[in-house]
Amino acid sequence: MFEGVVQDLIDELGRLPGIGPKSAQRIAFHLVQSDPVDVQRLITAMQEVTRKVRFCEVCGNVSEEERCRICRDPRRDPSILCVVEEPKDVVAIEKTREFRGRYHVLGGAISPIEGIGPDDLRIKELVGRLSSDEVTEVIIATDPNLEGEATATYLARWLKPMGVRITRLASGLPVGGDLEYADELTLGRAFEGRRLLDV
Amino acid sequence: MHLTHLSLADFRSYEAVEVPLTRGVSTFVGSNGQGKTNLVEAVGYLAHHSSHRVPTDAPLIRRGRERAVVRGSVERAGRTTLIELQIVSGAANRVRVNRSPTTRPRDALGLLRTVLFAPEDLVLVRGEPEGRRRFLDDLLVSRAPRFAGIRSDYDRALRQRNALLRSAAAAQRSGRADLRTLDVWDGHVAASGAELVAGRIHLIRKISPHVLQAYATLSACDAEPRLSYRCTVGEAIGQDGTPSRQELHELLLQGLAAVRRQELERGLTLIGPHRDDLVIGLGDMPAKGFASHGECWSLALALRLAGYELLRADPGPDGDGEPVLILDDVFAELDTGRRARLTELISQADQVLITAAVPQDVPSCLAGASFTVDGGQVLRDA
Ligand SMILES: Nc1ncnc2c1ncn2[C@@H]1O[C@H](COP(=O)(O)OP(=O)(O)OP(=O)(O)O)[C@@H](O)[C@H]1O
Ligand SMILES: [Mg+2]
Ligand SMILES: [Zn+2]
Repeated sequence: MFEGVVQDLIDELGRLPGIGPKSAQRIAFHLVQSDPVDVQRLITAMQEVTRKVRFCEVCGNVSEEERCRICRDPRRDPSILCVVEEPKDVVAIEKTREFRGRYHVLGGAISPIEGIGPDDLRIKELVGRLSSDEVTEVIIATDPNLEGEATATYLARWLKPMGVRITRLASGLPVGGDLEYADELTLGRAFEGRRLLDV
Repeated sequence: MHLTHLSLADFRSYEAVEVPLTRGVSTFVGSNGQGKTNLVEAVGYLAHHSSHRVPTDAPLIRRGRERAVVRGSVERAGRTTLIELQIVSGAANRVRVNRSPTTRPRDALGLLRTVLFAPEDLVLVRGEPEGRRRFLDDLLVSRAPRFAGIRSDYDRALRQRNALLRSAAAAQRSGRADLRTLDVWDGHVAASGAELVAGRIHLIRKISPHVLQAYATLSACDAEPRLSYRCTVGEAIGQDGTPSRQELHELLLQGLAAVRRQELERGLTLIGPHRDDLVIGLGDMPAKGFASHGECWSLALALRLAGYELLRADPGPDGDGEPVLILDDVFAELDTGRRARLTELISQADQVLITAAVPQDVPSCLAGASFTVDGGQVLRDA
């Protein structure tokens, strides 16, 4: 334990994702020894973020305005919605430049252990968007882990009566990798999600 | 396959030790508490990533240290693989294979196969179902590493489902339980559960003849051991054929639906492989509660030897599936007849590691390399 304020900082840092007690300590002491100007820049950035950033009313992505950049963009296809867990998943999919539709960010995945149920996710908002009958396809792109799969199954059952096409991102083999190094589960999933080879 | 070298750092009582090993029999002799079991425990850990003695890893790390390292070179089908495991309490292990890190520790499972028999194995016959389920699952993973993934999927789905049932049980009392996602979790529990049950039933069928044979050889008596699978869904399993994975999936879903009300009262999943058992009978009586001390010993040993025979007969994708056989403190417990027959059984094995408190406990015809274990040192006898 360190003296009051230093320990407070360590505790706060330790609460951030991916930062364990050791890293929290390292960062805290780094800050203590840094040029106050640098520290002030960090403080300002953090303040700005909490002041300016909010969530898009439509899709739930992070945004500086009421509607995010993607929801405002008239070139994006409004008939396809891609449902993801977190804003960072939007960034990942955008990088591919493959998807031209719009997003819906759930804000997590169903996980009873963490006390997260359907009402804690933005599912009602999703249903609201679907009833506007512009949307014809929903791509469920939740994480390929147990909680993501459970959320996908739940959504698919919930949305089925609404008559839209529901698809799930295929999970499969890492590109550029060797087949022999893929683990059995990934390989198994890839088999399940195999597709017709059009030649 | 066999180990050519074992090296430990801060594992149990060992600060640092290097043990060069050879094919055939090696004996490790030393007084009580000198570290014989610690040594073979490390070998077992290298293969299974878990100890045969303790459920958590903390006791494996030398007192006052933060991490333990176990390294072993395995020669298998003419190729040598170096496996390095770093055990850190409360965190995931770090694993390197031939000096390159693996993405997940479980990718290294199955590179080394071991079968370890220790006095603790008496609980296989006499103890709670937990130990027997572990016996089956460990063997499943040794034969097909994908079962490690299935097992952890099942455990995780079960934990999620139990958490939901618990909160629903609490909410029900106030009249507003949220069960909308229960069906989804049922589906996940049933899917991985069915794979696990199917694997276990298949394994019991494969292993039964080996158990029969090992027991007959060891005990030279008439009563025959019988293995069956007691399943929370369907008492009939084991009698008339093996149900398919799809059938088991259906059975599990139906079973879960049937006990839903009780589950909601107790906040717990009452059906599934986490409640099943491997039932061991001797003649027409259950072994647990009926078999004598000596019979239990022979049964437990027969189970392990059967696992050994099964793995040996199944080379796996890397070839040469014959496990390293480890016998911890076994001979002291056996009468002369059983000693002689066990000696006969293991004399053909590729590599056997034997521990004993006094040299007289090891049959002299089991010649091989002998080591003295004393106060944190393991020294090859001249
Ligand atoms: N984490 C640990 N740190 C330090 N010492 C440990 C640790 N775990 C166990 N020990 C010590 O290791 C010793 C036990 O070693 P081990 O079980 O290998 O004995 P053994 O040679 O098999 O004896 P026996 O003949 O009685 O079976 C004990 O003295 C115990 O205190
Ligand atoms: Mg011992
Ligand atoms: Zn938006």
